[in-house]
Amino acid sequence: MAPSGLSRAKLTYDGAWAPLVGFSSTVAAPRLAGHLFIMPAAIQIVRLNVNGDLREIGVPMHFTLLEALRYELGLTGSKQGCDKGDCGACTVILDGRPTLSCITPVCEAEGHSVITVEGLADVDGPHALQDAFDLHGAAQCGFCTPGILCSAAALLEQTTSPSRTEIKEALAGNLCRCTGYSKIYDAVMSAAQRLQVEAHLDGSRR
Amino acid sequence: MISGPHKSKSDLKLIGTPMRKIEGLDKSTGRAVYTDDIVLPGMLHGKILRSPHPHARIVSIDVSEAEKLEGVHAVITGGDIPTKYGIIPWTADEYPLCTDRVRYIGDGVAAVAAMDEDLAIRALELIRVEYEELPAFLDPYESLAADGSTPYVHEPRKEGGNGNVTKQVQLEFGEVDELMAESDVIVEGKYFFEGSTHTPIEPHCAIGLWDGVGKLTVWSATQVPHYLHRELARVLELDPARVRVLQPLVGGAFGGKSEPFDLEFCVAKLSMLAARPVKILYTREEVFYAHRGRHPFHMKYQMGCTKDGKLTSVNAELLLDGGAYASFGLVTTYYAGQLLCAPYSMPAYRFDSTRLYTNKPACGPKRGHGSVQPRFAFEIQIDKLSEKVGLDPFEFRRRNFIGSNTRTVNELRITSNGFLECLESVERASRWRRKFRRLPFGQGVGVAGSTYISGTNYPIYPNDMPQSGVQMQIDRSGRVSVFSGASEIGQGCDSMVAYVAAEELGVPLEYVRVLRGDTDFTPVDLGAYSSRVTFMLGNAAIDAASKLREMVQKAVAEEWEVEAKEVLLVGGMAMWASDTERQMPIREAFNLAESRFGTLGATGWYNTPKDVHGEYRGGTIGASPAYSFTAHVAEVEVDVETGVVEVEKIWIAHDCGRALNPVLVEGQMEGSAYMGFGEALMEEQIFKSSEQGRAGLHNAPSLLDYRIPTSLDTPELESLIVESIDPEGPYGAKEAGEGPLHPSIPAIANAIYDAIGVRVDRLPFSPPNMWRAIEGAREAGTLVKPSIPDGSQVVPGAPHAGTISSGS
Repeated sequence: MAPSGLSRAKLTYDGAWAPLVGFSSTVAAPRLAGHLFIMPAAIQIVRLNVNGDLREIGVPMHFTLLEALRYELGLTGSKQGCDKGDCGACTVILDGRPTLSCITPVCEAEGHSVITVEGLADVDGPHALQDAFDLHGAAQCGFCTPGILCSAAALLEQTTSPSRTEIKEALAGNLCRCTGYSKIYDAVMSAAQRLQVEAHLDGSRR
Repeated sequence: MISGPHKSKSDLKLIGTPMRKIEGLDKSTGRAVYTDDIVLPGMLHGKILRSPHPHARIVSIDVSEAEKLEGVHAVITGGDIPTKYGIIPWTADEYPLCTDRVRYIGDGVAAVAAMDEDLAIRALELIRVEYEELPAFLDPYESLAADGSTPYVHEPRKEGGNGNVTKQVQLEFGEVDELMAESDVIVEGKYFFEGSTHTPIEPHCAIGLWDGVGKLTVWSATQVPHYLHRELARVLELDPARVRVLQPLVGGAFGGKSEPFDLEFCVAKLSMLAARPVKILYTREEVFYAHRGRHPFHMKYQMGCTKDGKLTSVNAELLLDGGAYASFGLVTTYYAGQLLCAPYSMPAYRFDSTRLYTNKPACGPKRGHGSVQPRFAFEIQIDKLSEKVGLDPFEFRRRNFIGSNTRTVNELRITSNGFLECLESVERASRWRRKFRRLPFGQGVGVAGSTYISGTNYPIYPNDMPQSGVQMQIDRSGRVSVFSGASEIGQGCDSMVAYVAAEELGVPLEYVRVLRGDTDFTPVDLGAYSSRVTFMLGNAAIDAASKLREMVQKAVAEEWEVEAKEVLLVGGMAMWASDTERQMPIREAFNLAESRFGTLGATGWYNTPKDVHGEYRGGTIGASPAYSFTAHVAEVEVDVETGVVEVEKIWIAHDCGRALNPVLVEGQMEGSAYMGFGEALMEEQIFKSSEQGRAGLHNAPSLLDYRIPTSLDTPELESLIVESIDPEGPYGAKEAGEGPLHPSIPAIANAIYDAIGVRVDRLPFSPPNMWRAIEGAREAGTLVKPSIPDGSQVVPGAPHAGTISSGS
């Protein structure tokens, strides 16, 4: 545990659970039973719309959207880099807006549309951005990539031909430690161009 | 084993072309699996209790209340794993958990495994540790001056010695004092390089799984699975044949995961006690405590040259602030001096390098290990000398070029050397001649050069076995499987072996499968450190693939009744060189070979030359099979009212031998330059003094407060690849992952001087530091654009600000 200062998990634990834990640790019960005794009081049922799927999950009250995605839904594409909203690796798209899932309480996502990196691809294959990131070497270690893709995908929903400056601004909340960002800009630009061409072709077909 | 086939570009089909990475799409679709993505049935979560004191004796630890908490399955303290570990076998000085003394705020003292992370945190709070606080050493000069009246950070190795000294190295080559005295120009300077840390976006994570009857499996986000394997077995007293280390994809490392850490021993031990799998994921704060980043360096340089700009003598004094443990410090202490002897020729060189222990998180290897700090000072010194003799700094560097196929003053063997081409490349691309000393006041350009190793000739523990091995097998479907123990940390080594297999065996890239990251089935590769992987693993892969290729060629040749060497394997086909219409699909060729030779598999390996180093104590450290070379130009704008430095652009020219995949090489060059830029302008791994709060506490252990460059901060980066085709590298390749970091920092410093006439001698060039330097220059009347060099002669009284005191 952090020797200096309080973690979010600690605060929520102390705030929400401390009396229950104090009680449970004094009762003579099997370990598993003791643990289960704590859990129900802290559980809430949340209905989420994730990548188009309607899901109902029971999670501890203090769970963030990121914890729900990774631990309850098995959607491990979204990453935890700092757990306090600094790095952007946990970015998902909430109602079209890039959102830091590690500082979003899961209950706040109820009734909204959540898109994660796993939801960007469709039956026709990877999203143009996903393909472009691969082609341009925009993912080195790949740990920031899911968050960056979500920020970039939200940008391309807003503007079909972003400038390099607009891309920089859209990605300013996502830290990448490998690339120096250059290849990421190249990838976003090329994906935008491909999407424009495809939209044009779709339009002329109609 | 083979050594660098000298194929020309026209002989190569895939190598040298832009290619995708084999795991690229997995990474961009969220399918890629990292350690924290793994969940095992029944898995517990572990947490480590850390010291709140920088230096203290552990009087007692009471874990009884934690053990009573429902859902807690195991609690351990230092006494449960009482064996020291360390990456360098001679300097093992860390316990997995402290036994009797804590040495920095964040040192681990106990660990728990519980049903979930929250419960584990709760359990830590129930552990009672009684400490007896000791005076802490937070400044390396205080460590150096210690007389034993208070306990040293570590016990002295010799009675009466200073236990705060990790290592001292003094080496001298040539007639340093004589040549210095004869120099026409001498420039002296003091420099300070602030510490910085890696901050990979993935925090360290490990999972331990004890099978209950003697086999331990550990998953870890490590750069060195082989060394982890060895240390786990040794420290936990297990048979190494029954220890298995798996390395999922690693979410960035940069040297920060290149040795074992407390969490790996703790998950193993906790799993052994709890009979359940146990995961520990560091918080971001813990990553800052684990550190092993750039050592703060206090440096003094004295350098001389002749009036026509030839270096004569170099004299360096280096003090390294090492933090609480040795880590790679023995090597760092040597590298700080040994790796400065190219790309410039110097007739005489002396360095005195001392690493001190302090009560702060341990420093270690960060990208460009050991030489980034002295290179910062060295290249500013070169800039000062150039100005004193009235030469353009490019011309000065050219005049001192060491050349190829030569030895450095400290006897390192240089083979290929593309440094002149690097200089030419950045000079042209940056339009240097129109800009240097000619831009308006406040704007400037600076140049710097550097060199780096492509791995080290000697492994960390002495042995004569290969440094890298690969196994390949061919399937009847046409698929090639490569078993590689190399560490994929984002640099692309898994893809690199696939490129080699595809090139040598003529199969499409999609036919190559790389099976990796598991000590149970991959041959040993020593790890992703010292820029060794492309050079060593690449050669090992060529070795294995060529053995298979020869079998396939022979089988096809017999079928066609032609010479084996006339059978080409290319583009998914086997074909006859004399008549390429005569061909068969590669799968048929593979099937023929399997019929002829039996099941198709081969191992390949690479070992370093052991006969090319200096015959002196330490002469093997810094010896590498090949050296990369780099030159940067940085363009800056400085606001003298606010002290804000804007780096507009960095041009990066790097001699990587041969770019096996130019996309990945550019990625390494840009990522390196970016990281150097961050250290130059923003990053500071610093600790509070007692006046600022708790002495020894990390000042800002978060990614918000420890400032690394965002997309908006990072300058434009332009990569210029230079290929010198190394005689021993795989297809001529050398390293690209660390060398291109070095010149960023001094190039920016030299550009600041060109912009406003102020020498910056300490990192970072942040507004407060800059403002102080600017105010000093304003008072001294030196806040002016430096003058244009007027040719090859000594300029008496050329304007210098800052720390220079010139002799002769």
